[in-house]
Amino acid sequence: MAKQNKPKQVPDTGYEWDGIRELTNPPPRWWMISFHASWIFCIIYFVLYPAIPLVNDYTKGILGWTQIKEFKEAVAENDAIKAPYLKKVAEMDGQALMADAGMRNFADSSAKAIFGDSCAGCHGTGGEGAPGLFPNLSDDAWLFGGDFDTIVESITDGREGSMPAHIDTIDEAGINKLADFVIAAAQGKATPEGLAHFNASGCADCHGEDAAGGAINDLGSGAANLTDAIWRFGSSKEEVLRTIRYGVNEDPDEVPNTRIAIMPAFGEKLSPEAIKMLAVKVHQFGGGK
Amino acid sequence: MSEQDQKEIEALYTDAHHWNINAGEETIHAKRMPGRFRTYKWYAASLWLSFFILPYFRSEDHQAILFDIPHRQFHLGSLTIWPQDVWMLSLVLILLAITLFAVTAVAGRVWCGYFCFQTIWTDWFTWLEDKIEGNPIQRRKLDTAAWTVKKLSKKLLKHLLWILISILTGVTFTAYFTDAYQLWIDVVTLQAPLIAWVTIGSLIFFTYVFAGFMREQVCFWLCPYARIQSVMVDKDTELPTYDLARGEPRGKVKRGSDDNKKGDCIDCRLCVGVCPTGVDIREGMQEGCITCGMCIDACDSIMDKVNRPRGLIRYASRKELSGETLPPLYKRPRVITYSVVLLLSLAGIIYGLTHIPPVELSVVHERQPLFTLMSNGSIQNRYTIKAVNKTPQQLTFKLVVTGLDGVNIKMPDGDIITLQPEGIIPFHVFLRATPAQLKKKKTKIRFILESINSTDNIKIKKKSVFIGPKK
Repeated sequence: MAKQNKPKQVPDTGYEWDGIRELTNPPPRWWMISFHASWIFCIIYFVLYPAIPLVNDYTKGILGWTQIKEFKEAVAENDAIKAPYLKKVAEMDGQALMADAGMRNFADSSAKAIFGDSCAGCHGTGGEGAPGLFPNLSDDAWLFGGDFDTIVESITDGREGSMPAHIDTIDEAGINKLADFVIAAAQGKATPEGLAHFNASGCADCHGEDAAGGAINDLGSGAANLTDAIWRFGSSKEEVLRTIRYGVNEDPDEVPNTRIAIMPAFGEKLSPEAIKMLAVKVHQFGGGK
Repeated sequence: MSEQDQKEIEALYTDAHHWNINAGEETIHAKRMPGRFRTYKWYAASLWLSFFILPYFRSEDHQAILFDIPHRQFHLGSLTIWPQDVWMLSLVLILLAITLFAVTAVAGRVWCGYFCFQTIWTDWFTWLEDKIEGNPIQRRKLDTAAWTVKKLSKKLLKHLLWILISILTGVTFTAYFTDAYQLWIDVVTLQAPLIAWVTIGSLIFFTYVFAGFMREQVCFWLCPYARIQSVMVDKDTELPTYDLARGEPRGKVKRGSDDNKKGDCIDCRLCVGVCPTGVDIREGMQEGCITCGMCIDACDSIMDKVNRPRGLIRYASRKELSGETLPPLYKRPRVITYSVVLLLSLAGIIYGLTHIPPVELSVVHERQPLFTLMSNGSIQNRYTIKAVNKTPQQLTFKLVVTGLDGVNIKMPDGDIITLQPEGIIPFHVFLRATPAQLKKKKTKIRFILESINSTDNIKIKKKSVFIGPKK
């Protein structure tokens, strides 16, 4: 029945029972319009986009839109923006890269994710390392050299520390004396007597006659400077004794207590540009030479 | 059904009719008539003309008012506001809100009646409608009439003009966000960027639909102001009010009869007829009343005709109606409180605008590691510095660190910091101190940038910390 809309009277449906009229109270028109617009939108959306789950599949929608496609497009867009800078990274040498504030910042920022994926597992997100296990990259003590090109080399080819175990070659008293000497040396309190014992024990072959690791890069040994404040494997006497007794990277089957110090090579896993940018980041941790 | 039952049911119907709400079932065709408040409304509405003109003014080499979102800069004349100055925006919002509160407390919804874009644009649209289709009676007749060429041409002309206003509104609004002249060229040659089309398109759509069709429905159902007005007005607030004591009992006057029992309201319903939102002001303050005063104009004209004093409907407060005197503005706690907040935020904005720093400095202390032990036993801290140069020229600075005597500063590019006018390049600064220099674990320090080349002698300070091992 048609809606009755008499002036000065509440609208009703026109039905009446025993003097009681049925009134109407329809939703506002704009509300109805929004309601109809909504279901029309739903149908259009269902046609255009993936929507209805089926038993083994789902409706794909005529636009062919997928989340992963959109993601890949976004990645490609990002890569296109980065491409000219990456080209520059490839062309520039370490010195130029470090001198250009803009490129340095680009490399530092871009390397954040790479560092997080490949390096932070051992060296920590800020390159702080882990005491006794993984070296701190933010200090200025470098076993293999801290200039840009050497850092690139270390990342590309990896590094392997090496120190022989002395438990069978030096007697217990001698080892004890050596430990006392290196602890004192790190505090600048080395005695000539201790140094003589150090040299006599054959340590100077790698660590240098003054125990300052002078032979490092010449021999490529990675031998530590024992006179600075930085300790690769811990400064307590117990830790120092262990290092001297069991060495570094001996065969763990024969010398179970030996220190393990292996940096894997990333040359095949990462592109040369990525390694360069990592080197900038590592250099920027604060200890780069 | 007994007579008593019938009466009760009728009472229910009356009640239902009384509370029946305007949900847009019927288009409100308000009568337009001249009057004092009508004139005020035109004056107030004409302020909006500046909205259409302002984008074309230039200042220096750019648009005088430009909200440059891609470059994250807002230009107001020769002032440039950077994202770092956006704290002022919160003060502007407070200022606007408190102004609204204060005005509402004193004189109700002045904004709605005279300044709101929704009611002003609706007013323009209905003015056109009135000119093209005639007065409300003719308009109602036309709406129900069969489609003829004459009806079609009238309707077409009206909608065409409405769409023209909508297009102008859309493009003008968009012109605040990009170069106005270029935008017109791009729009006319159909080469504007997508975002411009989307903005213009939505503005056109909403102007056309809101001002052309939804009109008072926006005020009733979309705008929150009507719903919160009750907590913002009090007995002192001046609102368009029907003088109940004087008007009631209402009733038609018969020529020649002098009925003293009747009030001044002759129940002509002209106040309802002129109301753009279709409310009956005699019901008192309500969410539909936008306080535009059209009913006052209408009622005054009738009172003149029936030789009764004007002001049966007038701007009055509840206190005035009950015979009390209205306290002066400065004695009303609401007005005082609002004024204080208003002045404080205004002072903050003025201070902010006059003290926009030329360089914005941010110093972030490295968190991992907090500090590094160096081979010579000293402690190194790393800081990331971001400095924004807000001036148009290149600036050079030297860095001074206070709070830690003898601290060693290492910067990547020598001792001088050069800041280009555009773009920020963050860089790391390393501070180094010996354990002996550190009195405690955490030393409070201050980074100071001192300009070298600028005649302004810019000095920017920023607090930070130097962290060392536990003492």
